Amino acid sequence: MKSIGKYFLFLRLLFVNRERFGTYIKRILDECVQIGVNSIFIVAIVSTFIGAVTAVQTAFNLVSPLIKDYVIGTIVRDMTVLELAPTITAIVYAGKVGSNIAGELGTMRITEQIDALEVMGINSASFLVLPKVLAAMLMYPLLVILAAFLSIYGGYLAGTLTNVVTAQEYIYGIRIDFNQFTVYFALIKSVVFSFLITSISSYKGYYTSGGALEVGKSSTSAVTSSCIAILLADYMLAQLLL
Amino acid sequence: MIQIEHIQKTFDGKEVLKDISGEFAPGRPNLIIGASGTGKSVLLKCIVGLIQVDQGSVMYDGRDFTNAERDLKTEIRREIGMLFQGAALFDSLTVEQNVMFPLNNLTKMPMAEKLERVNFCLRRVGLENANKKMPSEISGGMKKRVGIARAIVNNSKYLFCDEPNSGLDPQNSIMIDNLIKEITEEYNITTLVVTHDMNSVIEIGDYILFMHKGIKVWEGSKDTIANTGVKELDDFVFANKLMRSMKKE
Repeated sequence: MKSIGKYFLFLRLLFVNRERFGTYIKRILDECVQIGVNSIFIVAIVSTFIGAVTAVQTAFNLVSPLIKDYVIGTIVRDMTVLELAPTITAIVYAGKVGSNIAGELGTMRITEQIDALEVMGINSASFLVLPKVLAAMLMYPLLVILAAFLSIYGGYLAGTLTNVVTAQEYIYGIRIDFNQFTVYFALIKSVVFSFLITSISSYKGYYTSGGALEVGKSSTSAVTSSCIAILLADYMLAQLLL
Repeated sequence: MIQIEHIQKTFDGKEVLKDISGEFAPGRPNLIIGASGTGKSVLLKCIVGLIQVDQGSVMYDGRDFTNAERDLKTEIRREIGMLFQGAALFDSLTVEQNVMFPLNNLTKMPMAEKLERVNFCLRRVGLENANKKMPSEISGGMKKRVGIARAIVNNSKYLFCDEPNSGLDPQNSIMIDNLIKEITEEYNITTLVVTHDMNSVIEIGDYILFMHKGIKVWEGSKDTIANTGVKELDDFVFANKLMRSMKKE
């Protein structure tokens, strides 16, 4: 409970005694590249394969002749948009970006770089963390859109190349009974998840004390805590919005 | 002038600083010395506000820093430059960007003026050709000099140095000590140096505050430090053979 309270106080720190707005612009753009653009490769790989595996496994389970093959496309679409693209990508994102943020801030803390900012009269939490949080909230929804597209495309490739479904059936399947709210839902989740991943990881890194060993522990703890927070938020958002 | 009055600090029930008072005048290096673990760095961090004191006050030219509102605290902090033990340079920035950092974030100076000021400070610390180097590409002594340049670039009124010559060879140590002394005198800065290096004491100890187990035991200058009759201070000053042999002579 003490940690949760400290986390909320840390969030408050991001918004009090902020620097000039212009100070943040370049930092946000840098962070967009660092934690957004540099994550495209891993997100693309993971989502393409998840889509492909979902198509193949769905086909494997469709044994009844009463169920049409186009259902494979529908299942890949719904699983991807509702869950796989925003949530599984978030877990991967927590592993890559979360550990990176915690490691970076932890190292800055133990090498007194954060103290140096404080001594200069700069709100170090706001200066270092706010651009990361905002950049992630801008970039992660874009990554989720990319992940959703690639996952559905991965399903298409796997399905058609293994002849479990024809291209026409798959495309028919992904278009039938489409509910566009699922896309809004995925985007809402992506904004919430990106906030949780960056803020929790920053919190873990920012309050690191000790040496290299503790930086490693902070990184691990950042990923673990982010994953738990993602799963809890996922359930709560599903209950609230679906 | 920095005045500290009755500073007390406790960590987990252990009293680290016990009722410490002192006055640090501008234009001369003020040294806080003592063995490792006596609370020197904690005192320094209390003075710059990185650690909140339990009791007592810190005054910067008559301005109460300890109980100041956030705006005044920020104003005072922007007059402070600090050289950290490991220099604390920002890894991802070049030497030039590190030195320019306070100007970028705390002033609205035009770029040309900022560059001129950065080059002046780098020249002042003897690093004319290091602008584009990364911190990982320069030696420990050079990092300390970049740290000093960054600390003075914003025309700081107060300069704090935490173990400025730790990890440096004797020649580089003396060079850093003298640089601190020269800059302090040249710009009439109020400088506080935390050290346990007797070479620094001999070289630049115009005012010395000696701490032992969280208590201020003695204050004076390098001229009187050898004849105080204070046991804890004698144990510290004459800990090595060279100093003991000098005392006999």
